[in-house]
Amino acid sequence: MSKPIQIYLDNNATTPCDPRVVDTMLPFFYEMPGNAASRSHPFGWQAEEAVDYAREQIADLLAVSSKEIIFTSGATESDNLALKGAFEMYARKGNHIITLKTEHKAVLDSCKKIEKMGGEVTYLDVERDGRVDLNKLEAAIKPNTIMISIMWANNETGVIQPMKEIGDLCAKHGILFMSDATQAVGKIKTHPKEVGVHLLAFTSHKMYGPKGVGALYVSRKNPRVKVTSQLDGGGHERGMRSGTLNVPGIVGFGKAAYIANKEMEADAARLSVLRDKLENAFKQNIEEVYVNGNTEHRMPHVTNISFKHVEGEGLMMTFNQNVAVSSGSACTSASLEPSYVLMALGLGDDMAVSSIRFSLGRFTTEEEIDQTIKLITDGVNHMRELSPIWEMFKEGIDLDAVEWAEH
Amino acid sequence: MAYSEKVIDHFKNPRNVGTLDKESSSVGTGLVGAPECGDVMRLQIEVDKESGMIKDAKFKTFGCGSAIASSSLATEWLKGKSIDDALAIDNMEIVEELALPPVKIHCSVLAEDAIKSAITDYKSKNGL
Repeated sequence: MSKPIQIYLDNNATTPCDPRVVDTMLPFFYEMPGNAASRSHPFGWQAEEAVDYAREQIADLLAVSSKEIIFTSGATESDNLALKGAFEMYARKGNHIITLKTEHKAVLDSCKKIEKMGGEVTYLDVERDGRVDLNKLEAAIKPNTIMISIMWANNETGVIQPMKEIGDLCAKHGILFMSDATQAVGKIKTHPKEVGVHLLAFTSHKMYGPKGVGALYVSRKNPRVKVTSQLDGGGHERGMRSGTLNVPGIVGFGKAAYIANKEMEADAARLSVLRDKLENAFKQNIEEVYVNGNTEHRMPHVTNISFKHVEGEGLMMTFNQNVAVSSGSACTSASLEPSYVLMALGLGDDMAVSSIRFSLGRFTTEEEIDQTIKLITDGVNHMRELSPIWEMFKEGIDLDAVEWAEH
Repeated sequence: MAYSEKVIDHFKNPRNVGTLDKESSSVGTGLVGAPECGDVMRLQIEVDKESGMIKDAKFKTFGCGSAIASSSLATEWLKGKSIDDALAIDNMEIVEELALPPVKIHCSVLAEDAIKSAITDYKSKNGL
């Protein structure tokens, strides 16, 4: 029996490590094993040099100084460090933070912790297209507001926030702008200084680098920002993040940033064509298909689609031996709740449980998209054959008027 | 999460998918769950009025693989059973047969509810 085809369209969960990245990392496991903090022998110097070089590569991608890059273990740690670190550092200025309901849990749960630490957090609603309303954002600013934390691009929908406008608002009111840019860095241009972001969290494994390494950009000039370290130890990374540096990971992260800087524009152009092909084919082949979130301000490789009257996890089961995607269905989440991001867009539970996120990547081919179109179309048809609410919908029954026996 | 082979089998080759005439007095229909919960099961039985035996059973389910498998299995079990025996089907029997993990137990509960609801509908139609 031949191996089933395996198509990976879950690049927002994690990207494969680019083979060019892996090649660059390998010597740093055995041949060059040094600790970048060892100042007294060539092993340490080599490691330090490699880290410095990677730091430059990453800084180039963001058009910032390499002194503004703090290495961490990933975006979750970077989000924690930025939010809790700034909250502690600027406690004398105020204790209020504004964020969005559609943020990643690393931001939302850090904010929850900050509330327990005596902070005050406003969780703003987004509009139906997933973007923040700037007037509502400005109205939420108070005298004690120290920071706005808004992600660059959403992980579930790919919706991009109006970064420059938010940055201008923060500058006008003299507050910090922190952004979780995990899904955006390396895929689209993310220059924090251009849009007025002061703290930018991101990670290597969403941009074809290895897992286990991330970074936080911390503005050093206009304004000079500092965050209180959340890990105590040897005072690495300008005292903001102690811990021996993950040298092979950082080297790979640097290479991934270098490649992204050169290739992301071409990747984005190619992937948006494939993404649109996928989306349009579904709209043509299948009834009752809805794209969730703003489609104009959106990452080029992402689409989030609800196939109405079909449950997402069940649908995935029809093709998950061949195509890897993710769903906003309650059944797929640990909490057994449908996606809070889609709910925040004002979609009903029934639309959220019917949603599938397709996230393409550098290694996605047109042939794979063609096969995906076929497999998912067949899957939706199979599930609708089985679906009593599809049958009721086809009979013209108003499903909203049915008294469901909720359980 | 990996599914058991039995769940996959019922999901890929669901038994007794379809619709019986819900207006017929020999048919009982149970519709349980809600779209916003991610599970809706419709289970129907056709009863031989003289013997009280279930002649046929059909289902349609909106839900995850375990929900579809639970209702497919339920229709298999219902055929040829008396109404009283059908009422005795316990959700834990479905859990065991399909090796459902704890997070999917509610799918089996829903199937049991659907069976009971279909029988209730049949009985009330026939003044039983």
